Amino acid sequence: MTDKRTENLATRRDVLASAGSLVGGGLVSGLGLATISVAHAQAQSTPAAMALAIHKIAGEATVKPGKVKLDMPPLSENGNSVSLTVTVDSPMTPANHVKAIHVVTEKNPQPYVISVRLGPRAGQANISTRMRLSDTQIVVAIAELSDGSFWSDTRTVIVTLGACLEELI
Amino acid sequence: MARALINVPAKAKRGEVITIKTLISHVMESGFRHNQIGVRIPRDIITSFTCTYNGEEIFQADLHPAITANPFIAFTTIATESGTIAFTWRGDNGFSAAESVNITVE
Amino acid sequence: MNAVRKRARWLAPAAVLLALAAVISARAEIPLAERRSGYADLAPDTKAMQDDDTSNPGMLAVLDGEALWKTKAGNAGRACADCHADARVSMKGVAARYPAFEPTLSRPVNLEQRINICRTERQQAQPFASESKDLLALTAFVGMQSRGQPIAPPADERLRPFLDAGREAFSRRLGQFNLSCGQCHDDNWGKRLIGNIIPQAHPNGYPLYRLEWQSIGSLQRRLRNCMIGLRAEPYEYGAPEYVSLELYLMWRARGLPAETPAVRP
Repeated sequence: MTDKRTENLATRRDVLASAGSLVGGGLVSGLGLATISVAHAQAQSTPAAMALAIHKIAGEATVKPGKVKLDMPPLSENGNSVSLTVTVDSPMTPANHVKAIHVVTEKNPQPYVISVRLGPRAGQANISTRMRLSDTQIVVAIAELSDGSFWSDTRTVIVTLGACLEELI
Repeated sequence: MARALINVPAKAKRGEVITIKTLISHVMESGFRHNQIGVRIPRDIITSFTCTYNGEEIFQADLHPAITANPFIAFTTIATESGTIAFTWRGDNGFSAAESVNITVE
Repeated sequence: MNAVRKRARWLAPAAVLLALAAVISARAEIPLAERRSGYADLAPDTKAMQDDDTSNPGMLAVLDGEALWKTKAGNAGRACADCHADARVSMKGVAARYPAFEPTLSRPVNLEQRINICRTERQQAQPFASESKDLLALTAFVGMQSRGQPIAPPADERLRPFLDAGREAFSRRLGQFNLSCGQCHDDNWGKRLIGNIIPQAHPNGYPLYRLEWQSIGSLQRRLRNCMIGLRAEPYEYGAPEYVSLELYLMWRARGLPAETPAVRP
């Protein structure tokens, strides 16, 4: 009985806390409340998991910053779709080309986003896609060159929280 | 068959670097979402995309749940000869789709 | 915002106040010259997605719709194309004129409902379910034939009571938040609500691809989302209340170019 009452009390307090922020922040925090909790509930990966993913990609090789350009908007309107372009400075000749491009991230449920294999026939090392971001975080693009070296570029993308949801969660 | 939208120039000069854009209809259900009664929705994604040019593989991608619904992938290739550029997508639950376009290289 | 406005009002001399009160209490509609499509508020990446048909995911639905247009259906064994021929010609500007008055029902119907009437009466087929892939696809395909055309609600006197009902609904407070559509979209457009810019709420791109949905969806789905956001109980799909509101929204957006299939966050 006591336990149950405590539980109810806690629940009620949570509700009151939510209501408080509704009043305090006005309409703005009211409509956004559910989105915030969703974004946090889905964030499972960690910087350590990303580091491990990079290690799996590059093995013992050092991943150096440079040669790679990761283009992403600094601010995303919706984490469901964020455009990204990876360009690598490479002559793309049989002797000197990009073999693979990997994109990994820090706070999504998993660090992996996409891994592509390409070669001199690409003419340029330039790929585009769209990705999901569960929260504001850093995204890393890594290029593996034909000489066995690894290069990278890093971007921070701020994911803004949408106000208008499909359903109440 | 899932609907796909491919953009490859119909004609190109030999040696020209052309951009290939692909878009395919797919939910890319991440496997990390829950429905309204708290049950996890199973993963259903495209896991692999391949492009061949007259039979030779020129581009391959492994996709993960972080790729958006209706995946968009754009990349480049050198227009080497006239022929067929073919695309294959494979994924969970036996998903498979294929498209091809012709290119004239002068 | 309203509090500030209210305070300013009470500070005004009483005589002026009495004269103004009636005017202020009737919500001012956005002047025609200030109206702008939601496109104007998009981030550059989202604009780029809409601008390029080969990267706009809404085009996947349009292609599906084009295939359906040519597919024979129902007991009549007829395709849309068998009566309407080339949609690029026959459907140009049509979506920009919906909802339109349907004499057999004595009320307006939206484009989805019009397609389903054709389906049941002309093709003698089962109507498509609300918000189904096929209905969205065919609507997007027909809608795209009006792309670039100005939104042009019909000057049909029979629509007037429904237009008035829609206008009234737009100003009516509802839900636990006790807000009307107009309080956001007439009074506060251009400001931010969390990360999003509050749009003027013009319906000139539907069906559209919404990043939040990760799919294409109808204007009624969007209206449903707004009602849920206000903690109001949404109407069922196809409800006459939605159609009246759609009619008012189209009237409010008159002259803006149709963008189907648009992309929105």
